[in-house]
Parts: sequence; structure tokens; C-alpha cells
Amino acid sequence: MTKKIRPYIFSRGIDETFKGVYDAFAFIALFFKQVFKPPFHFRQVIDQCYEVGIKSLPLITLTGFVTGLVFTKQSRPSLEVFGATSWLPSLISIALVRALGPLVTALICAGKVGSSIGAELGSMKVTEQIDAMEVSAINPFKYLAVSRIIATTLMVCVLSFYCSFVGLLGAFVNVHANDTTSFSNFFQSGFSDINFIDIFSSVTKSLVFGFTIGIVGCYKGFNATQGTRGVGKAANQAVVTSMFLIFVEEIVIVQISNWIRFF
Amino acid sequence: MEKKAHNIDINEKAISIKGLYKSFGDLHVLKGIDLDVHKGENVVVLGKSGTGKSVLIKILVGLLKPDSGVVEVLGKEVDKLSQKELDALRLHIGFAFQSSALYDSMDVRQNLEFPLTMNFKNLSKGEVKDSVEEVLEAVGLIDKLNQMPSDLSGGQRKRIGIARTLILKPQIMLYDEPTSGLDPITCLEINELINEVQQKYNTSSIIITHDLTCAKETGDRVAMLLDGIFVKTGSFEDVFADKDERIQSFYNYNFIK
Repeated sequence: MTKKIRPYIFSRGIDETFKGVYDAFAFIALFFKQVFKPPFHFRQVIDQCYEVGIKSLPLITLTGFVTGLVFTKQSRPSLEVFGATSWLPSLISIALVRALGPLVTALICAGKVGSSIGAELGSMKVTEQIDAMEVSAINPFKYLAVSRIIATTLMVCVLSFYCSFVGLLGAFVNVHANDTTSFSNFFQSGFSDINFIDIFSSVTKSLVFGFTIGIVGCYKGFNATQGTRGVGKAANQAVVTSMFLIFVEEIVIVQISNWIRFF
Repeated sequence: MEKKAHNIDINEKAISIKGLYKSFGDLHVLKGIDLDVHKGENVVVLGKSGTGKSVLIKILVGLLKPDSGVVEVLGKEVDKLSQKELDALRLHIGFAFQSSALYDSMDVRQNLEFPLTMNFKNLSKGEVKDSVEEVLEAVGLIDKLNQMPSDLSGGQRKRIGIARTLILKPQIMLYDEPTSGLDPITCLEINELINEVQQKYNTSSIIITHDLTCAKETGDRVAMLLDGIFVKTGSFEDVFADKDERIQSFYNYNFIK
């Protein structure tokens, strides 16, 4: 009687989960291996920065402005109870720079950019366009993935500061309408409580969020299977996975920056 | 249409495959196949869908790794090459995909320029333009220069796919189901194009198909892949003179008696 070979170490689900985690880390390692090696596709990086940055601008502007405006409007009654409405600019700027700006930007980009990267690369994978690049002696990972990951990392950072700024403008509209505070007074008061650690943690967060969006979108796209269904799945998983990771990273980075602040 | 006589150098092997095995999990696709393709020769690989024909040519360009066996292309063992060496070899191999695999975000001109400009940075704009026009004329689609792939018919996409491989002046052409999904007239045009490419560029080719008309018109030699091995190799007439029931049923299905 022939010995029956056990096809999985634990079970299919557990084995595939471990393999997925291993593949994801291998994908990240490949990025760091490729990013510093020539050839450098600067033109492609600039094109992707345009795709990620400029095309996300209207949505970020609207969301940032509304976030600042509504957050100020909702905070005002609570502060009025203590006669502390003069703290509004500081409160809003700290909230926007430390948390809301990077987080709101990252979530919007995960939805808009992450899904688009997942769908575009997924479509290229299932229609053999990525293979076509490879057999033409062009490194598809370098050309398609590395340029997109650099672009999302840089642009989410830039957009998150832009989002915080637009959010402050939204907050100013509310503050000015109620307290007739001048523009310069508002921003002076707002920025007086922002310190280096706030800016540093905000930049770190944005870079990490942007990198996550890029790497997850590219990973899901490059691993798309099963035709058009696989493309939809890649786009969907790119959004869900990157949003989940962004929340986890937010908690970890906030914790670390609070420790730094304490010391 | 009779195929024009073409010089085949039987002393020089463009591709040499010995004892090639490839499995996907429990599915054994290639079970020890041997095949030589001589310089200037068109070899047609025939077989049912799912018998590993496409897997075979994907191994030749290093898109898939063999489980065991020796695969030599232009005298180089493919799975032993470094990435740099493999890329250098790939410049000599043209791969025409079944789906054409045109870059759908680029127009025809950009599709053709892309492999050239990415691999040869020092080419002038004039040289690139000349190369694009030359291959477009070779496939008879010079008027489609600025069209998007989505605006082309299936046959036109196949032709542009072939033109994109020709722009790198390959020594070897690998055609994956070049006539699948096309009407009979367009199939004949593609068959003619494959023969023209062989004549004009002196390429050695492997043509993967299950279309017997394509096999008869384009192949100098036919290899019948069944159940993971080549059961018969020879001229089209020799292969189908075989009494093997599987070969005969393949023939009867294509040319309904």
C-alpha cells in the first residue's frame, strides 16, 4: 500500500495564511532590494505622483475642509461650557496635525488610490501584460510597483499636510463667523501648541500610511488571479487590507510618539 | 496556400529540450519531453487544451521554472541564468501571447516603442520611429499607429502583438495560440504573417496551437503533445499518418470527415 502524502502541514487555510504573510514580506523585501538599484524610472515616478497627488486633490480638499469645519462646530458647545472657546484653534490644529490630517488622507487614498492600483495591476496581470513586460526584458516590479510605492509614500505625506491646512481653513471659517478672530490670530494661536514631535510623528505616520497603500495595492494587483473576478477582488482587498493596516499602524505610532513625548 | 521553401540549418540548434518535467501540485503537466528546434525552423506543438503547451514555451523564456530537465535556448541553459543573463537572452526571443497582451493604457505606437526605448536608451527618436514603422509595415498595419488597442479587432491585436516582438529583432519566435478566436480568413492572414516573419527575419519558431490548418501551413515539423509527452514528431503528413487513436481523433475533430 502506498503511503498517503499529507498535502498541508496544518490545514489548507492555516498554511495559506502563513504563505500569504511570507509572500507579503518577500514582496516588501523585494521593494527595498529594487528601489536603490538602477535603472531608475524617474518619469514613471513623476507620472504616478501626478496620478496619486493631483487627482486626489479635489476629494482631499473637500474632506479636509469639511472635517475642520464640522470638528470645530461640534467642539464649540463643549468648550463654551467652560468658557474656553479661545482654545479652539489650538485644539483643532493639534487634532488635525497629530491625527486627523494623516488619517483622513490615508483613508481617502486607500479607497481611491489603493483600489485603482489593485485594479490596474490586477487587470495587467490577468491579461498577461505583466508577463509581456517580463519577456521583453523589462522588470515589471521595478517599472510598475516600485514607482507606484514611491509615489504613494511621498504624495500621501504631502497630501496629509495639505489636508491639515485645508482643515484649519475650515476651522477658521467657523471660528471667524462666531468670534470674528482674524486669520493671523487664528493661525498664530493654532500653531503655538504644535511642537517638533507632533510634526515628526505626523510625517512618520503619513510616510508609513502611504507606503502601506502602495505596497498593499501592488501586492494584491501582482497576485490577482481568476480573470475579471480576480481584478475586482484585488481592488477590494487592496482597500480593506490597507485600511486595516492603517488603523493598526495609527495605534502603534501614536503609542510610540507618546512615549517619546513623555521622555 | 503552399509554404515557401526556407533554409533550415539542421546543424545548429536554436532550442534544445531534454527530459523536461513540470508539475503544478499533484497535476503532472510535462512528463519528460525532448525537443530540438533548428535554426530557421518552425516547429508546431499540437495538443489538446490543458496539456501543457503554453507551459512549455513559458519555461523557454523563464516565466516558469522546470522541475527537472535541461532547457537550452541559443546555447544557454535557461534556468541556470542570472536575472541579467536571462534578460539579455530574452531580447533574442519574441513571445506572441494568446491574448496579445498589448498594454491597454498605451496606443499602438507607444506599445511598439516601449520595449525598444526601455532596453536601448541610446536610440535616437528617428531610429525608434523608423523601427516602429518597419515592423508595422511588416504586419501590414501602418495606418493603425495612433489607435488604442481597444479600437483594434482581434486579428489586428494579434498582428500588433507580433510586431511588438519583432521590434527587438528576435532570433526565436514563440507563438501561443496565434489563431485562436479568429475567423478563418484572419487565421489565414496570421498564418501567412508567421511564414513571412520566418522568411524575412530568419527566425526559429515554436507555434503552439490546436488549429490543424495553422499547423499544416506554418510548420516545418509538427510535434504532438499528449498526456505530457510528445507521442509523435515529424512532418504534418507523417504525424497524421500514425494510427494512434488519440492522434486520429484530434485530426478528425479538426477536419470533420
